[in-house]
Amino acid sequence: MAANTVEVKRNLGVESASPRRTAWLGSALVYTGMGLGALASLFPFYWLFVMSTATTADMFRFPPRLLPGDQLLVNINKVLDGVGFFQSFGNSLIVAVLHTAMVLFFCSMAGFAFAKFDFPAKKPLFLFLLLTMMVPQQLGLIPQFIIMQKLGWINELKALIIPGAASAFGIFWMRQYTDSVIHDELINAGRIDGCRSFDLYWLVALPILKPALATLGIITFLGSWNDYLWPLVVISVQEKFTLQMLIASMNGVYSTDYSMVMAATLMATVPLIVVFTLFSRQFIAGLMQGSVKD
Amino acid sequence: MKSLRPYLAPYLMISPFYLLFMVFGLFPILFSLYLAFHAWDGLGEMKFIGLRNFTNLITDDPDFWISVGNTFAIWFMSTVPQLFAALVVAFLLNAAFLKFKDGFRAIYFLPNITSIVAVAIIFGSFFGTEFGLINGLLGAAGLPRIDWLNDTLWVKAAISLMVIWRWTGYNAIIYLAGLQSIPNDLYEAATIDGASKTQQFLSITLPLLKPIILFTVILSTIGGMQLFTEPMILTGNSGGATKGGLTLVLYLYNQAFVNQMFGYASAIAWVLFILIGAFSFINWKFVSRGERV
Repeated sequence: MAANTVEVKRNLGVESASPRRTAWLGSALVYTGMGLGALASLFPFYWLFVMSTATTADMFRFPPRLLPGDQLLVNINKVLDGVGFFQSFGNSLIVAVLHTAMVLFFCSMAGFAFAKFDFPAKKPLFLFLLLTMMVPQQLGLIPQFIIMQKLGWINELKALIIPGAASAFGIFWMRQYTDSVIHDELINAGRIDGCRSFDLYWLVALPILKPALATLGIITFLGSWNDYLWPLVVISVQEKFTLQMLIASMNGVYSTDYSMVMAATLMATVPLIVVFTLFSRQFIAGLMQGSVKD
Repeated sequence: MKSLRPYLAPYLMISPFYLLFMVFGLFPILFSLYLAFHAWDGLGEMKFIGLRNFTNLITDDPDFWISVGNTFAIWFMSTVPQLFAALVVAFLLNAAFLKFKDGFRAIYFLPNITSIVAVAIIFGSFFGTEFGLINGLLGAAGLPRIDWLNDTLWVKAAISLMVIWRWTGYNAIIYLAGLQSIPNDLYEAATIDGASKTQQFLSITLPLLKPIILFTVILSTIGGMQLFTEPMILTGNSGGATKGGLTLVLYLYNQAFVNQMFGYASAIAWVLFILIGAFSFINWKFVSRGERV
């Protein structure tokens, strides 16, 4: 208890003549604060769920419905019947999975090369890579659209997959990680055993890089799955809509059937929550590690 | 060329990024600079007009200045509370006795993984004028309703709230990492030297956290200047009846893909780029000022 009290005091920055009482008060305050914050984080999700289980008439009523209703399946069926939900879901899945796979391959390979090989102009090339991270995406938006027109990639999913298939951030991330976990001795041993450069990457390094690949993979997948501006620019036919485009367009069109829009939003959000819940510990640990390195 | 032969493998391994960047990154950037000095509707001929896009933008386009003002206002209204709240959350998360740490971290981080489109649709239902949740509560409390999406100030508050909700947990986790990287002996030594908790916070925690705070400020600046999806979903292309939600990127999108003014929109893109650069620099100067507290 005594050690605990000291910890509490240290972490709260409070001092008092009666440490025991302060500790109790302090932890009550911390839990209250954390609880309120958690409530604020979760309430919009709860609200989304409540709205997805209500009728549209329920929503235009006062006082607002605060408990779930029984219309969830009805609303989900309406979404599945109406507007090509599966198609958009499939499009988003194809785009996010292929994009992530390419990013992981190209970035880990380049990160490995930057970390473990020497070659002329390595430093300026890496500096250039870092500089490209400073440029906002919107700067090239219009020419990128024109390039897609010239390539005939308008309304093609590859327009969402290829341009960002090797990211500067990803290479930077993988280089840092490779540098810190793979020792030169291991590379030399691999060479002596007859590995060629690509084998060193594929057979020796890649298995060790798994944790970093997992974090980069989640970041990339989420970014790809959630992107809206670029798909909005290059995709205009409904069959090629991503999920984000679909729910955004439903929000504009079906304002009279609000519960259906909410159900679609719920259906677009739940898979993310499931995936995140499965990997959150590793993901957050990876992010924290990345943010304090150097 | 023969001397480069042993380096072929690493060059091949890094080449995908550089090839893709040449085609989809560098060329577009240069081309947008070229476009910024032309008038072009995307179909007809490009016409060189010198600096006229920029001079029009600055001297003769009230909507541009509205969008600049909106962008800065929303950035300020969202960044300050968000980073402050994140700092508080990080301190609480760092409390040694706190249980369910992993659970709390995951819950606080959850908003950040959700798509902005989904978030904007959900928050849209909070901010509806007639049937929105918040106006319902205001009405029940006998307070006047707020026309959230059409009032020039309240629409900014609504957008800022979405940004705060989405990013507070992310920043808190970054701060938490910073807090945990401060070695405990520093506090122990300070305690032995008789430093109070406040003194320890001001002369150990804050200075050591400074680089990370700077990192989050710059990141929030870059993100804040690029705000698009939130106002787009919440208010449509226009930014609301009073244009209170018309951000710079939303305006850029309108000029390019609604009005087909590619040259003009490219000029806006360059102004955006310069603003982000200048503003990040000012932030950096401001936050790193007085390095030794």
